[in-house]
Amino acid sequence: MAEIRKIKVGTASCGLAAGAGAVLDFFRDHAGVEIEEVGCIGHCYAEPLVEVVTDAGSVFYRDVKGEQACLDNILALGETGRLEVSPSRRKYEMLKVTRLAGRICPTSFDAYVAEGGYGALKKALTMTAAEVVDEVKRSGLRGRGGGGFPTGMKWQFLAAKQAEKKILICNADEGDPGAFMDRSMMESVPHQVLEGMLIGAYATGADILFIYCRAEYPLAIKHIRIAIDQIREHGLDVVNGKKLDIIIKEGAGAFVCGEETALIASLEGRRGTPRFRPPFPTDRGWNDYPTSLNNVETFANIPLVIGEGGAAFAQVGTEKSKGTKLFALAGDLKYPGLIEVPMGTTIGEIVFEVGGADPDQVKAVQTGGPSGGCIPKELFDTPVDYDSLNALGAIMGSGGMIVIGTDRCMVETARYFLDFTHRESCGKCTFCRVGMMRMYETLERIVAGKGEMSDIDFLADLGPKIKKGSLCGLGQTAPNPVLATLRYYKNEYIEHVRDKRCAALVCNALVDVKLDPEKCVKCRLCIRNCAVGAISDDFVIDNAKCTRCNTCIDVCPKHAVARVEKGEGYYAE
Amino acid sequence: MSDKFAYLSSVERSRTYLIKGLQTVQAHDGYISDAAIEAIAAYFSVPPVDVEGVVSFYAQFKRTRPGKYKVAVCDGTACHIKGSISILEWVGTELGIKPGQTDRDGLFSLETVACLGCCSLAPVMSINGKVYGKLDRKGTVKILKEYRKNG
Repeated sequence: MAEIRKIKVGTASCGLAAGAGAVLDFFRDHAGVEIEEVGCIGHCYAEPLVEVVTDAGSVFYRDVKGEQACLDNILALGETGRLEVSPSRRKYEMLKVTRLAGRICPTSFDAYVAEGGYGALKKALTMTAAEVVDEVKRSGLRGRGGGGFPTGMKWQFLAAKQAEKKILICNADEGDPGAFMDRSMMESVPHQVLEGMLIGAYATGADILFIYCRAEYPLAIKHIRIAIDQIREHGLDVVNGKKLDIIIKEGAGAFVCGEETALIASLEGRRGTPRFRPPFPTDRGWNDYPTSLNNVETFANIPLVIGEGGAAFAQVGTEKSKGTKLFALAGDLKYPGLIEVPMGTTIGEIVFEVGGADPDQVKAVQTGGPSGGCIPKELFDTPVDYDSLNALGAIMGSGGMIVIGTDRCMVETARYFLDFTHRESCGKCTFCRVGMMRMYETLERIVAGKGEMSDIDFLADLGPKIKKGSLCGLGQTAPNPVLATLRYYKNEYIEHVRDKRCAALVCNALVDVKLDPEKCVKCRLCIRNCAVGAISDDFVIDNAKCTRCNTCIDVCPKHAVARVEKGEGYYAE
Repeated sequence: MSDKFAYLSSVERSRTYLIKGLQTVQAHDGYISDAAIEAIAAYFSVPPVDVEGVVSFYAQFKRTRPGKYKVAVCDGTACHIKGSISILEWVGTELGIKPGQTDRDGLFSLETVACLGCCSLAPVMSINGKVYGKLDRKGTVKILKEYRKNG
């Protein structure tokens, strides 16, 4: 048998939430081999995950428990519980930016250096600052936060400024529900993000580096903080002969602060409202100093760009979108998690081949979170790059990709996204503040079965006006989920309004709940668990009392309770 | 400034650090009291109304005292699709409170959050920062009862 060198336990947030903490403690006490904490390798569906490193290569185990039987199996390199990565995922994935994620200890400076870390910084320091900017321009790297602005150009603007101080900001305010690329990178390879920032500081002549991270990511903040201390110890924070100020700032829970001018206002200690551009931040940013903002994933790409050279970097991807992109896959698919694919991979390849979704069970995919739009299955041969997605009324966004199954209601999905965005509107622009509220109320009416046909036209009319009448990315994209679903699933809106029917049986106001006596074994679990006493002793559900909470459906061991179309259920009065 | 907020001196006294100051107070007291608003305004030399403006803008800041156990039910996209509304109902029923409220004993408070970043484990909730994933009704109630038992 191969000899075990060490066992790596994935302890990023996703792993910890699945119970990796208990695994770590148990293995440390009982395994008798070296245990190492690592970040996330992206296979979140299989957490807790461990990697057993042997002299004959690595073996991965999934759904690991902190129990003796599980540990014994792993120490014996047993066949059960191994993580089998599907050949199709191997085929389409290209691990470049995430090459080290989940493979090395995130808080070990030496581990990062042993893998070639900070080699790109060293190389950059042998070049002139202008050469570094040129290299980034040559790579074709575009902002990974969603905007897609060429990174090299932004850096060139900042580098050209003469100012008392120049500011470089890492935007780690990953607020899109469903997106966790940046969290994973900061938790798993904080040094890679910092190396990108240090190269940026050298190229642009920045004096102060901010990392603006949402407070909901405590582990990411902790790892970045440790990594900053380590680079200070090693003197890497001295760039261009100046000691850099590197400051972590925690956000305070405002989605709009992902927008650059709002983020800057927040960093100044103010309400995070965006402002009109120009002046652009590279002209007047934080406290009026020239400022460049780049996303976590963008910075994590920089060591690759410099390390392998811009031309080599540009070999991967499409004509206008270079390199790879991380996507956070979630929703109705078999393998949710973090993936990295070359730009230009099609949505179908990502959803079906990498994510393992069942083609018969998928209706659409939502890209770009609440600011994005849905893309129906019929268009899944669209390649993921900034421009193709924009053309469909969706956006690349930061990389959240949520698979929507055939049993989901698109009107309700749109309502959900607007519930989020209308509350996150900062209130500065009237169209966004009032318009989003009106759109949201209209959708609420429709899912409640109180919509009128004119409501559909109203939504289609108001959406583009909000986009035009808003200053920042939030308002300019917030109507997207409605406009995209109206474009591809107008029939569902019409059904809700005209027929008062939700075909997916999702909208509570448009469904009843019914118990099938044929399947019922009279175990009374449903009766005992019903919070409102809607189920009688002879197992009839009174839909007048029922709140459609799904509890009886969940607890029934025989699947005897189900949602049915409105009118098919029983009403006591 | 009253002695109660003397710990603020660990925060740099510049407007840029106003949010940090608020976060420090909230970490210490669990919420931002009226007295805290006044103290922070004095510390950073800004009008209290400015401080109130910042507090009201950011979802993180609480103006009411939270419970010993802060339950946050995630209603991010993935969790919503996986039924976070039901989780919220079960938690609300079990604790007898609505989001934004604290129970009478001051033991539990409940809130919804946009996304805890653990979407692949949806639906999730967190209690004092500890995340619980793949929740169902039984599991959710059991977790809460455990906390209640420990008091």
